[in-house]
Amino acid sequence: MVNGLTLGAVYAIVALGYTMVYGIIQLINFAHGELVMIGAMVAFTVINLLAAAGMPPLMVVLIGTACAIPVCMLVGYAMERLAYRPLRHAPRLAPLITAIGVSIILQHLAMLVWSRNVLAFPQIIPLTTYSFLGAVVTGVQITIVALCFAMMAGLALLVYRTRLGTAMRATAQNPQVARLMGVDVNRVIAATFVIGAALGAVAGVMFGTYYGVAQYTMGSVLGLKAFAAAVLGGIGNVPGAMVGGLLLGVVEALGAGYIGEISDLCRYDMLAASLGERCADGGHFVLFGSNYQDVFAFVVLILVLVFRPSGLLGERVGDRA
Amino acid sequence: MKRAFVGLTAIAAAVALIGCGKEEPKKPAAQAPAAPAAAPSIEIKIGHVGPLTGGIAHLGKDNENGARLAITEANAAKIKIDGKDAKFVLVAEDDQADPKVGTTVAQKLVDAKVAGIVGHLNSGTTIPASAIYNTAGIPVITGSATNPKLTEQGFKVVFRTVGRDDQQGPAIASYLSDTKKPKLVAVIDDATAYGEGIANEVEKTLKAANIKVLPREKGTDKTTDWKAILTKVKGKNADAVFYGGMDATGGPLLKQGRELGIKAVFSFGDGACTDDMTKLAGAAADGLLCSQAGLPPQAADKKFLEAYKKAFNVDPILYAPFTYDGANLLISAMRKANSADPAKYLPELAKSDFQGATGKIAFDAKGDRKDAEMTIFTMKDGKLGPVAIIKGGKTTDYAEFMKAASPAPAAAPAAEPAKAEAKK
Amino acid sequence: MNRAKLLWPGIALIAISLLLLPFALSYAGTAWVRIANFAMLYVLLALGLNIVVGFAGLLDLGYIAFYAVGAYVYALLASPQFGLHLPFWVILPIGAAVAALFGVMLGAPTLKLRGDYLAIVTLGFGEIVRIFLNNLSQPVNITRGPQGIAGIDPVRVGSVDFSRSDSLLGVVFTGSMKYYYLLLLLLLAIVLINVRLQNSRIGRAWEAIREDEVAARAMGIDTTGMKLLAFAMGASFGGIAGGMFAAIQAFISPESFVLVESVMVVSMVVLGGMGNVAGVILGALLLAFVPEILRWTVEPVQQALFGKMLVEPEVIRMLIFGLALVLVMLFRPAGLLPSAVRKRELTHERTEP
Repeated sequence: MVNGLTLGAVYAIVALGYTMVYGIIQLINFAHGELVMIGAMVAFTVINLLAAAGMPPLMVVLIGTACAIPVCMLVGYAMERLAYRPLRHAPRLAPLITAIGVSIILQHLAMLVWSRNVLAFPQIIPLTTYSFLGAVVTGVQITIVALCFAMMAGLALLVYRTRLGTAMRATAQNPQVARLMGVDVNRVIAATFVIGAALGAVAGVMFGTYYGVAQYTMGSVLGLKAFAAAVLGGIGNVPGAMVGGLLLGVVEALGAGYIGEISDLCRYDMLAASLGERCADGGHFVLFGSNYQDVFAFVVLILVLVFRPSGLLGERVGDRA
Repeated sequence: MKRAFVGLTAIAAAVALIGCGKEEPKKPAAQAPAAPAAAPSIEIKIGHVGPLTGGIAHLGKDNENGARLAITEANAAKIKIDGKDAKFVLVAEDDQADPKVGTTVAQKLVDAKVAGIVGHLNSGTTIPASAIYNTAGIPVITGSATNPKLTEQGFKVVFRTVGRDDQQGPAIASYLSDTKKPKLVAVIDDATAYGEGIANEVEKTLKAANIKVLPREKGTDKTTDWKAILTKVKGKNADAVFYGGMDATGGPLLKQGRELGIKAVFSFGDGACTDDMTKLAGAAADGLLCSQAGLPPQAADKKFLEAYKKAFNVDPILYAPFTYDGANLLISAMRKANSADPAKYLPELAKSDFQGATGKIAFDAKGDRKDAEMTIFTMKDGKLGPVAIIKGGKTTDYAEFMKAASPAPAAAPAAEPAKAEAKK
Repeated sequence: MNRAKLLWPGIALIAISLLLLPFALSYAGTAWVRIANFAMLYVLLALGLNIVVGFAGLLDLGYIAFYAVGAYVYALLASPQFGLHLPFWVILPIGAAVAALFGVMLGAPTLKLRGDYLAIVTLGFGEIVRIFLNNLSQPVNITRGPQGIAGIDPVRVGSVDFSRSDSLLGVVFTGSMKYYYLLLLLLLAIVLINVRLQNSRIGRAWEAIREDEVAARAMGIDTTGMKLLAFAMGASFGGIAGGMFAAIQAFISPESFVLVESVMVVSMVVLGGMGNVAGVILGALLLAFVPEILRWTVEPVQQALFGKMLVEPEVIRMLIFGLALVLVMLFRPAGLLPSAVRKRELTHERTEP
């Protein structure tokens, strides 16, 4: 449960990136997951260098994050400028295909820079564990969940309390009118990408610190799951991304943990009898085990899209996509 | 770190290649100055396939070096086949560890009329490629593909010098059950051909030893979050965990297991039996048990180790001794049959009784090595060290094995540096 | 006038060169015939996907799932796994039908979805199929999971076995060459179907749906049926290609059906020109041969220049795919050989939908 929440918090922050971009220009930025990956890789490189120099762990992580954010912002901006802006008025399929292209390019460039090998996070953060209602919680987990909520609050402030936020919401509602009202639409969109990228960088560092590894392929799966989370919560909806992320994380963790037991046919006496010796002497007949963990995200995604395309908290009609 | 290492390997190999090129004409001149210049010579091509690009390119290069060394030595030994001077040529191909590319390069080697093939590295590429070699009737010896199915296809041309997954799995499982005496074991794999294969064998052996095994849990070869699975394992109070998978996923698994406070013994197969485990799991890696198919490279024949080091300026990584033996087996069968024609020397190959760098090699009817050895390692203070050798179901302590392997008492201390090297 | 005169000799020339190609290739090595075979498989796949993406405008990112379904149907019905050994002309239609069924299974719940939502759902579908194939080894062993299925029967026609060499009238036909001709035949049939479809009622209905679904429905087109038909037809071509893949490889495992392969097929369609049969064939051939060409050029050049590999051809190949997708969309959105309609539509500036 706690582990699910932590994972969910990371999903939520990545999902925020999807949701913000989608909310404004209705584009699924397939390459967002790669931004997360680049964030983690940059941070790891810096952290590994500094840790070797013997700086205090907290400082090292902070500096690593501080280095990762601008790099991701830059990549995010370049991405928007080169691959998406020229296609702003092209049919839907076009930016989607460039997004896939950008994702492939970023992934393989990262591979060239950081090699195929898994980067390991140096063991600098002492492992502090707390027992809480029978569950084991680590300090890192608490930090991640707390940070997640803090960022969420910050983002809400940004969107609802600042001039930029107002301009964003205006652009999301109607770009033409926003332009008439004196909003520099291009700048607002670029800003959205850059903020999304920064969030991605933070998520990358969190993910990397939590699991201790980073690899050039980590972005795609994480991106997909986060996208599923965004859709679950209602894409284009900021609190929705948060709820969707946390929910998906918990569902995955519990699903992997318990679905195997639920679908173990030997638990059910009637079925067990017909299965005979497979169940005898503590045998098992598991239909779906943890091996289907990755399926959950996709099944949730498909179910939500088919039955409630606007997501849990969304109000937009799915057909608009 | 690893990248630099691969780079080094590549440079070293390049240097070695140049070195070999120069050495070749010199050596025969020095050894046999009176060689009759008029003797007719034949060129015998031996193919080697392994991934030279991609994630495990360093292992592919290591395999290729092993075969290359055997061929260089054979050329230096001035072998005569059918009355002609035999000149062996290594045709090295890259299969990128991709089954589709694997069959394409296999066809390429058949086109090039090679007399025999050493390779491929992965089971996933070796199995589809073996069908092509079988049709062409060209013998293939792999030094690293451990999937049992490879030799179960009934192909007469397929051999391997390395042990099978269903020999390695039982080895680590029986070591685990003998030394740690667990009551309940959780078996986890990464849902790849390799991981699932070895996990199945471990489970079978444990069950045969009357040890309870939890229903199989699976991640993927990209999984980083094992906590859901591990929480469940913890809830069941398993006192040992086996994971069939690679180091990139095994590291986080081990680390997260310790974070959750699991006290169980962790044991891995050879995919996660690498020095990288320290980096990936940190202090949590201590006490890890893991197995490798065959003898550790540093336990191989000393002559081979020295020659390899001299030729390539690096130590063999993993399977080089096995590909070295593979190439030598091909050559020795050709000598015995006095022909490089696959149809003629194949029966000799099947009958091989050969003293190689990895010990005595003979094949059973399927083409598998009889009595292949397995090595169990343990992680201590961030270093992997061999603790036992398992052969034919018999476990021997590593130190005793090394003593037995070097009969002369003087040689015993000489084995020490090799052991120390392994710990690096 | 002039064009019409040149048309038939041109076709004859192409036909003869296609017929003689394997002999020319096997001169360079039978491996090249194999490479040509794989390229043709990709052309088959790209043509199948073209129906869904190019004709009906439904972006499918999980197309490789149908390829996998076809391959597994062939493997299960013609291998020692269940002891079944049906002839290929029975299995291929079954494979196509099962794949079509999967196509409908994917299409039916997603009828409402368009554009990016559909893309992501199809992507999820592709992954789900792969994960199931990878895990159906327990509790009951159907697919052998990640171990894959080995010992798949080759195609046999009468006494002619496609995995062996035969000689006819003194000419030696290797196994790969026989597969080449079989694939060529299949390809020809599918190209014909594609071309005929494009100009038929169905093809025009798809085009109408692609342009404006609501308007199409208003015009009396059965959009539900037509969309499902597109999915089913596209999927069945994928199934046939998959069956051939299984027969040629004799070994399949889920790792041959990963997401990257789906993306590759999409790249082929996009690069060549969505909706244009000739363009799609060109795109597929280009991208299928790229890796081989890179193997022959990039490796030796780098070895010569630096003495070692700096950038692996595999990476270059993926970078080329990515760049091709982006650049084509930016500068030639209709592809290298655009279809007439697409060209009009994509060059025309459009405002927000």
